Amino acid sequence: MSVRAPSAAEIPDGVVRHRLSGEDAIRWALVAIFAAILYLFLLYPLVQVLWRSLLDNDGHFIGAANYVRYFSTPAIAASITNSLFVSVAAMALTVALAFGYAYALTRTLMPAKGLFRVLAMLPLFAPSLVQAFALIYVFGNNGIITRTTGLNVGIYGAKGIILAEVFYCFPHALLILMAALAVTDARLYDAARTLGAGPVKTFVTVTLPGIKFGLVSACFVVFTLAITDFGAPKAIGGKFSVMATEIYNQVSGQQNFTMGATVSVVLLIPAVLAFVVDRLVQRRQYALVTSSSKPLVPERRLLADWGLLGYCALIAAFIAAIYAVILVSSLVHRWPYNFGFTLKHYDFDTAGGYRSLWNSIRVAALTAAAGTALTFVGAYVVEKCRTAASGPLYLLSVLPVSVPGMVLGLAYIFTFNAPGSPLNALYGTLAILIISNVIHYFTVGFLTATTALKQMDAEFENVGASLGVPFYRTFWRVTVPIALPSIVAVSMYFFLNAMVTLSAVVFIVAPGTELAAVAVLLMDDAGDTAQAAAMSVLIIATGLTVRMLYWLAMRGVTSRTQAWTRGAAAEGEPAG
Amino acid sequence: MSNEAAVALEGIAKKFGGYVALRDISLSVGAGEFICFLGPSGCGKTTLLRIIAGLERQNAGTVRMAGRDVSSLPPALRNYGIVFQSYALFPNLTVGRNVAYGLETRRTAARVIANRVDELLALVGLARHKDKYPAQLSGGEQQRVALARALAPSPALLLLDEPLSALDARVRQSLRHEIRGLQRRLGVTTIMVTHDQEEALAMADRIVVMNAGEVEQVGGPTEVYRRPRTPFVARFVGQMNFLSAVAAPRSGWARVGAVELRHQPGFEAPPGGALTLAIRPEEIAVGPAALQGDNRLTARITVVQFLGAFTRVGLTVNGEGGALLECDVAATAFAALGVGEGADLPIALAPEALRAFPAPGRAA
Repeated sequence: MSVRAPSAAEIPDGVVRHRLSGEDAIRWALVAIFAAILYLFLLYPLVQVLWRSLLDNDGHFIGAANYVRYFSTPAIAASITNSLFVSVAAMALTVALAFGYAYALTRTLMPAKGLFRVLAMLPLFAPSLVQAFALIYVFGNNGIITRTTGLNVGIYGAKGIILAEVFYCFPHALLILMAALAVTDARLYDAARTLGAGPVKTFVTVTLPGIKFGLVSACFVVFTLAITDFGAPKAIGGKFSVMATEIYNQVSGQQNFTMGATVSVVLLIPAVLAFVVDRLVQRRQYALVTSSSKPLVPERRLLADWGLLGYCALIAAFIAAIYAVILVSSLVHRWPYNFGFTLKHYDFDTAGGYRSLWNSIRVAALTAAAGTALTFVGAYVVEKCRTAASGPLYLLSVLPVSVPGMVLGLAYIFTFNAPGSPLNALYGTLAILIISNVIHYFTVGFLTATTALKQMDAEFENVGASLGVPFYRTFWRVTVPIALPSIVAVSMYFFLNAMVTLSAVVFIVAPGTELAAVAVLLMDDAGDTAQAAAMSVLIIATGLTVRMLYWLAMRGVTSRTQAWTRGAAAEGEPAG
Repeated sequence: MSNEAAVALEGIAKKFGGYVALRDISLSVGAGEFICFLGPSGCGKTTLLRIIAGLERQNAGTVRMAGRDVSSLPPALRNYGIVFQSYALFPNLTVGRNVAYGLETRRTAARVIANRVDELLALVGLARHKDKYPAQLSGGEQQRVALARALAPSPALLLLDEPLSALDARVRQSLRHEIRGLQRRLGVTTIMVTHDQEEALAMADRIVVMNAGEVEQVGGPTEVYRRPRTPFVARFVGQMNFLSAVAAPRSGWARVGAVELRHQPGFEAPPGGALTLAIRPEEIAVGPAALQGDNRLTARITVVQFLGAFTRVGLTVNGEGGALLECDVAATAFAALGVGEGADLPIALAPEALRAFPAPGRAA
């Protein structure tokens, strides 16, 4: 040690390379495949939209001329302010309503919590059109209220869109707020009480700060859902044009693809902005709950319990009413004139009929399988195969959540229906619908998978390596079984969304690949509202059935593969 | 070492960005040896272990195992077993399947694997827990499963990364003996990382004391304790009193305040130069025992702390503002002295126990 130790500058910057093994080759291949998929089906199509917004319809470069026209044509430009207005209004209403509901479900001893939870989740099983249909059936020109009271509230337009979005977005906000309210430290409440804080002061100083990140998240999620939604404004918007319907009008109605691309790019801005701000806010989140936290056990508070019971009952009744109206209207001769029972509306004669339902189920099942596999392998590649590509791949993986479905659909037209491109082979197949769904809903699955992987001991792969077991074997034998609950949740998420989505697929369905949600739209367009309601009922029923089957299957799966988690609870006590 | 070293490190250096984690580490581990990397957190000991394991890649230097350069080999080809601080047991596999994990890929017959698993579980005393899941075991039992899993493929080298730090004190004590006994019986070369000096002293054949990315001293437990080469080692391993001193004209003597003390040979400063003297609390003689011998002083008792088997006595020498010393006296011996706080006490700092180091801030 008489020799002087080297300084930082004397140590080489490069590290001693390991010899490339077969395993490394597989790792690199996985990274390359994942990158290729994200490039081909996400980045490249989006760039196409961007590029096409700078061209005229004959393919000549015209710079920002499309944008100038967009902003200077009052009829089209109005869609921007309209979109912002309904989205902000829906956001404020939804988050406020969902907060009370979430609080009741997590922090009170209100009875029938399970029932209220299930009812609130119903909108997840329906296309966003359905909420709008129900509003029309009740408040529309031929709605039951309008007919019986003679009072027309003017539901077509902003009012109807906002109301439909509130119900459509309600479960999304509720889930986030419930998660935020569920984790807290009871010791904070004990401390507040010992310091003499009353209920209001405790709420303002302990409850609200504890869930502020959840509130912000819920706001952004609802805003993004509302501004990118196409179904509700299409069904109930009337002449009130928002950006999503404007894209549809430009593309489907006027065949004006470049203007569609222009509106798409503008629609991307608020969605991406909301996403970026949300990420920045969440980054500042610190662990409020530590391992020493005590869970909060709600106490009996008669006024709060019963007051909130009434509140929840009111909201749940509204939600239940929506689906009751849809169900009844699909089963009667002619709502609201003839309430005689009939099944004739289920005898579909347009828009692909039952074939579209089978297509939807196939697409949803394959989306669930492919989406789950890709999100977990992708998350694994990003988390565990640390390369220079990890950062960009992560960014691309979280990008889809801020890409509106309409924009993705249009991007796929540009990419997969381009003359002379080999990618055209995909056009008009079920495969392109599956791919579009997988990409559209990629982010939530990817983040769920990432969280599941991060919760696992980082040394699992290292133990495997030291024992000479290749990483893919450890992935299959250890990572996948441990992550099974997340895997099931993610596949369920993909399935349900693929069943109900409209915006991402409306541009790319083709004769032979009709989908149920698109059929609902077409039937409604054609004036067959009862058939549209009937198809909606079948979509909802499919979703609920699959959810039940999953639930039953999971009970079996849990008892067989997750035995170790029960052991911990049962026998961990005496040891600890 | 006469025969080939089991592990030989040459000039290992590692940096993370501009932060240097390891500077030029060279080290040789003999076959069958139990080596501890000991040091405070951030000293680079775990990084060094991970470089040996191939889980971290060094910026410079080579790693040899049994004479073979493994620097460029991925972990799977290096032939070692490892136990992590978290154990990293696979929670979804039973104890038996965990232990079998490294055997199942080696084209071994199921019969042979089953026998080997039973043998190892018997070795760590967990045969009856074979079909349980890790979460059903106590921390100490989990630790032993991890050990059995690492040893199952009969690796040439066993790496232990703070294997006992997650356990409570009593379990830790008994596992120390168990791991050490197992290692002796199997004769497997073992490198353990720890920040617990007591653990290192109790278990290791040789201790590598590390600080700030460098090796401060390599030696047997007694050697490191008795003859720390640097003030850092003296402070980190065991308790140590330090006294600022000035070299006296006579060689081997130093002045602390008004008194001149004789110290161990080893370090010499030029007369008038600053140096540091060091003595362990249990090496200070007090009471009648301090009346003979060199380096006798009178100290005042400032604080008395009863710690069970012994009493820790805080002393000042040379009056107010003088040097502070801590001295450990057997509880019965201290009671026999019949003194308390504020009393004066004769003490002696035996010259053979009084070590000399360069004053802080001077290069070695």
